[in-house]
Amino acid sequence: MKKKKSIGLLADQKFIVLIIVVILYVVFSFISKDFRKYSTLVMMLDSTYYILLLAIGVTFPLITGGVDLSIGTGMICYGLTGGYLVVQRGYPTWVGLVVAVLFGLLVGILNGILIAVMDLPPFLGTLCTCMMTRGLGSICANSFAIPWPGAKAEGGWFHNIFKLTMGAGRKAMNYPVGVIVLAVIVILMSFVLNHTRVGRYTIAIGSNKEATRLSGVNVRAYHITAYAISGLFAGLASLAYAAAIPTIQPGTGAGIELDAIGGAIVGGVSPTGGAGSIIGTMLGVFVIQLLKTGLPYIGLEANWQQIVTGLVLIGAVMIDVIKQRREALEG
Amino acid sequence: MGEIILQMKEIDKSFPGVHALDHVSLEVKRGEVHALMGENGAGKSTLMKVLTGIYKKDEGTIVYKGKEVEFRNTREAQDNGVVIVHQELNMVGDLTVAQNIFIGREPRKGFRIDDKKMIEDSKALFDRLHIDIDPTEKMSELTVGKQQMCEIAKAISHNAELIIFDEPSAALTEKEIEDLFTIIRDLRSQNLGIIYISHRMDEIKVITDRVTVMRDGGYVGTLITEECTKEDIINMMVGRVIYEKPKEKSLVPADAPVVLKVEHLNAGKMVQDVSFELRKGEILGFSGLMGAGRTETARAIFGADPKQSGDIYVNGKKVEINSPQDAVNHGIGYLSEDRRRFGIVVGKSITENSTMAALSDYMSGLFINKSKEKQVSEKYIKELDTKTPSTDQLVVNLSGGNQQKVVIAKWLVRNSDILIFDEPTRGIDVGAKNEIYKLMNRLAAEGKSIIMISSEMTEILRMSDRIIVMCEGRKTGEINIEEATQELIMDKATRQMEA
Repeated sequence: MKKKKSIGLLADQKFIVLIIVVILYVVFSFISKDFRKYSTLVMMLDSTYYILLLAIGVTFPLITGGVDLSIGTGMICYGLTGGYLVVQRGYPTWVGLVVAVLFGLLVGILNGILIAVMDLPPFLGTLCTCMMTRGLGSICANSFAIPWPGAKAEGGWFHNIFKLTMGAGRKAMNYPVGVIVLAVIVILMSFVLNHTRVGRYTIAIGSNKEATRLSGVNVRAYHITAYAISGLFAGLASLAYAAAIPTIQPGTGAGIELDAIGGAIVGGVSPTGGAGSIIGTMLGVFVIQLLKTGLPYIGLEANWQQIVTGLVLIGAVMIDVIKQRREALEG
Repeated sequence: MGEIILQMKEIDKSFPGVHALDHVSLEVKRGEVHALMGENGAGKSTLMKVLTGIYKKDEGTIVYKGKEVEFRNTREAQDNGVVIVHQELNMVGDLTVAQNIFIGREPRKGFRIDDKKMIEDSKALFDRLHIDIDPTEKMSELTVGKQQMCEIAKAISHNAELIIFDEPSAALTEKEIEDLFTIIRDLRSQNLGIIYISHRMDEIKVITDRVTVMRDGGYVGTLITEECTKEDIINMMVGRVIYEKPKEKSLVPADAPVVLKVEHLNAGKMVQDVSFELRKGEILGFSGLMGAGRTETARAIFGADPKQSGDIYVNGKKVEINSPQDAVNHGIGYLSEDRRRFGIVVGKSITENSTMAALSDYMSGLFINKSKEKQVSEKYIKELDTKTPSTDQLVVNLSGGNQQKVVIAKWLVRNSDILIFDEPTRGIDVGAKNEIYKLMNRLAAEGKSIIMISSEMTEILRMSDRIIVMCEGRKTGEINIEEATQELIMDKATRQMEA
């Protein structure tokens, strides 16, 4: 224990990741004039919100030692369904939003039941719901591509949650208010993870599920809750996605979950469960989004982002592995 | 005893902040069983890891078969005939016995694995050990004892000349231990050098020729086993006398109420028609051989495993227990025999473990009241004398005895009145064992009721007010401590049930 303190901040993965975020931003800004622009930042943030929401949610199943593969296709499915009600059926926007979020919550609970009650391996259970939501999304939206109302259009007010546009025409200014919204959510969920029973038992399940059960904890309920949170956040993410992407296409979404999961892992969520933080997850998502957005600006094809992200992930996991090895040696 | 096969001299090893080995020496001869003893954390394992190349020594020399050596890894040690039989079995359950023994070095015929040769070679190994195991059987089908034998067969198949047994008897039944000793004696007569690590004093007297004792990373001394007593060895290990005599009479008042009554409990093959009563302030010992169904009985009562039938009464009232949650709500706490897997969350702090079963009492609205949590954790650290620098210490960093105290704290924080201790001192060193005993006595005196499952006869006789003996899933005896003798208990524990 003493040793850990002597290494201090460097032993904390969050701090390392924070430094990486700063370095990436500074380097990209230094190399590329365009990257430095305010509009680039706003655009980057726009496409970060939904990944970040997915990542915050999936942090919970990851900490239990599981995973949720259904959040990518799920997010599209919920967005399509809510949007279909609004665009094709003429319901008010808020109905669509609420339906999307509840749909997500429902699928999350289903995932939880598959895993905690029916004992399916998380990978498999959520792979099933991943496929199902992919099909369901198309069915619910009647195979239409769904353009949610634009920012200026009637019923497009929800865009303002993430990006507030003031003025019109050339003078229009965009304020990324989503930063504030997300900051509040990050703080709130950090609290949930560190100061509530849900958080405590999520971590305990990931560390030692059987010991937790034998302590008289209703492990099933808390296990389901972890997946419900993930589903709920996939629902919330669908709103951010609808605000960022003009038209939601049926059949898409597969692969988005990997950015979110990758971000969480880069941010220090242990790949074997039992440890992780919401702040870390947020920073990890920043790393992934910076690479995705920034690399093209410095003349690297977008495909390189995938490769670099993969390498960063290996690095992040290695930190965890080395840490565990060192602990094993000390113990 | 023959020539010296291994000589470790003045071995020194430090980890950051810990002086793990302080100029330790060890000498093993051919045809000798050499016990290596010491409390947990005394440095036995570290010394063996230095020998087999897992750790690099800082100072000192290792002379093996007359030559100075420094193995770089276990593979190299193996190739030179130095092998370890681990406490935990490292076997692949789905492979056959033969496949396990030759894993990683399967004999080949062209591109194919030569199964026939592998099976024949395995048979030859078993013949050499005089044991009867079918090499084509799946490893998972074997008993723990037999798996252990396979582990030994695998070890000697490396042309071993020096075998290290790391607490080999921890999971074995008495009969299996006897078989193990026969094998060890056999190997000794084949002129191998044998290092035997164990906590069990009785075994040391039976099987070893010399004893080297370590304490706190240092070398204490080497004795000839025949010429010393148990007390001598224990004194060297802990530096004080602690062996205690059996309890002479029950400390439970005659009119103490029954707090737990179990009637006709059935749960699978291992729990058949078990009935008993536990009284307030009583320590009820559960004795029997490994596999007698004691742990299964405890788990069924606690709701950890499903039961088929049977009634449970707590304080005279019939209760339904279908999950550990139910049991905990009725004031029952279970301390598993396998702490690391079932007792504690190793990667979490003492505080988090302490309040695990009672977190709802430590909430302020929706949020966990961390200062209140810390207070109670501190209180029990003090009360149970848990040795730790702080409440934030991760339990993984505590010794076995202190981990056990954290589990006890967990149930005390929950206010559990009925405590089931399953092998309470397994893997705990001699000094800490005594502390756990004192603690259990204190708890009983304070009115907690304790079921103590133990495979150690001395522990049963020393702690229990009353003893229940089980054999093959059935209760075969109930003995008051006043009448209890080792012989009587063994007799009941090995009794064949008449149908």
